Amino acid sequence: MTSRAASCPNCGAPLVYRWSSSVQTVCEYCRSIVVRTDVDMKKVGQVADLPYDGSPIQLSTEGRYGDKGFVVAGRILYQYDQGTWNEWRIVLDGGIDGWLSDAQNALAVSFLTSGLEIPTLAQASLGRSFVWNGTPFTVVSRTLAHYAGVEGELPFEYWDKTEVTFVDLRSEGADFATIDYSDETPALYIGKAVDFDTVRLRNVRTFEGW
Amino acid sequence: MEAQGRRPVSVRSVNCPNCGAATAVRTFGHAVNVVCQSCRSILDAANPGVTILQQYTNAVREEPLIPLGTRGKLLDIECEVVGFQVRQITVEGVAYQWREYLLFNPYREFRYLTEYAGHWNVVSTINALPEGGPTPDGSAPRSYGRQRYRHFQTAVATTTFVLGEFPWQIRVGDTTTGSDYVAPPLMLSAEVDADKEVTWSLGRYVAGDEIWTSLSLPGTPPEPVGVFANQPSPFQGATLAMWRNAMRLVALAIVLWLVHLASARDKQALMQNYVFDPRTAPDASLVTPVFELDGHPAAVEIETATNLDNQWMFVGYALVNDETGQAFEVARDVSYYHGVEDGESWTEGSPTDRVELPSVPPGRYFLRIETEGDRTASSPVGYRVRVVRDVSTSLWFVVALVLIVVPPILSSWRALKFEGRRWQESDHG
Repeated sequence: MTSRAASCPNCGAPLVYRWSSSVQTVCEYCRSIVVRTDVDMKKVGQVADLPYDGSPIQLSTEGRYGDKGFVVAGRILYQYDQGTWNEWRIVLDGGIDGWLSDAQNALAVSFLTSGLEIPTLAQASLGRSFVWNGTPFTVVSRTLAHYAGVEGELPFEYWDKTEVTFVDLRSEGADFATIDYSDETPALYIGKAVDFDTVRLRNVRTFEGW
Repeated sequence: MEAQGRRPVSVRSVNCPNCGAATAVRTFGHAVNVVCQSCRSILDAANPGVTILQQYTNAVREEPLIPLGTRGKLLDIECEVVGFQVRQITVEGVAYQWREYLLFNPYREFRYLTEYAGHWNVVSTINALPEGGPTPDGSAPRSYGRQRYRHFQTAVATTTFVLGEFPWQIRVGDTTTGSDYVAPPLMLSAEVDADKEVTWSLGRYVAGDEIWTSLSLPGTPPEPVGVFANQPSPFQGATLAMWRNAMRLVALAIVLWLVHLASARDKQALMQNYVFDPRTAPDASLVTPVFELDGHPAAVEIETATNLDNQWMFVGYALVNDETGQAFEVARDVSYYHGVEDGESWTEGSPTDRVELPSVPPGRYFLRIETEGDRTASSPVGYRVRVVRDVSTSLWFVVALVLIVVPPILSSWRALKFEGRRWQESDHG
């Protein structure tokens, strides 16, 4: 874990990229979205205040996935017609990038895959099944969402996207997959649905009365 | 789980633009919709301005049995009741309503507590799909976690009333298609929201008393009516245990019976031939010589072999202990008739009769025999009396078998009736 210090091109406040794979961060002071272009920093946009949300997870929350520990480094908040959900960018022991999605406290951990065949959005209709790495996955939801905010460090440039379609899939063995159709080439993330007992979150938000 | 240098997320409230009343928000940032506690308008809690999404128009207000804000531990997880909705299905023109309480814990998934006619279920969404395809299709059974679930019902559910707050959009009039599969006390359910989403959940039947205790509610829960889809049968386990016990007793009885058959000696203690002539002495009595019944208390058989031919006789025996005077008495009617009628031969009765005296203690005995016969008989009656000690007997075995299997059969019958009442309410009733 090599920290790199720089200053915000907008307000001059100190910026730290804690993870080498981080490409983008949000300035904690002026909320500028800052993208790293090798050594220089460039302000590409600004985020509004994140909507008030109820997730117990926050930046620097720690947890476990399998035999590895992880720490939360960043977040993308999505809004859809039923509400919101978070995709928390996690960094696992050894610097592996992953995502902890949190939809009304339903948790899943997934990792970007490559080289697997991804169906088109039209093919991925509710109830259709696809086999990846020998595991059959079935489409359980199709969600049209839009980006509602970012926070912390992300491994790619991500801001100001408009409409995004996500397809979620599950297996008979708690495997979880999600396809992100926001780019021309869809991205497939595969992992596991997890629960609070197994991820053992620490440094979570506290709630009045709880 | 503790915070590091950050203030806890505080509880806030929203003000209804319709009536101005303030309603507390219990799920923090999860609240998407909040129902005004005063005028029942559904408010958009996600927007700081709070706009009215749906106004309450019904004349009837439902009151939740469990007040919003109630806290307690249900199935070992602390939770607070934050939302309430009434949903309805219509089957063959009859509307059935049930109530769902939304349970919140900031560090757990949302759960539901459902209630229909006094029957309660705690419901959680599940992470893995049941076997047999993602969407409910027909009435085939499903497997989940090595448990098989039988299809119970598929119906379109409509939300008819909401109260409190929900982490997703909710409106009166919302419809989803729900399918239930049961393996008491569990119920596997799928809810399909058009072509957008299918959600599987697992419910566990919990007795009303347990809910009331867990949530420290005053009074008593409503008395359950009828048999619910995944209500555990009070007879199922008991019946199984009864059959298991009965099978053990049957095995024991068989062993005892076989031992008895193997050890029965069929030892002849007395054999005497007598003749009596009912024409001259219709009533007669005599006493046999004394004989020995040895061993342990055991059965004794008295055999009366006669030469009766279209004739009857009555014989009364008293087996008397020569030393103590203890007597075992038994009376027999012996008759044997035969003939030919319409070209067919027939017989009735038998010239030989056997009777058993169970459990006669050892000792020296004699028989007192009294006979009676038909005064108009054509010939005297010759008969031979045999006393057999330690005779094998199977009657007790048959009686024991019946006594052993009657209770489990009754219990099975009750269990079947219970299942009948359960499935009567299903799509397959």
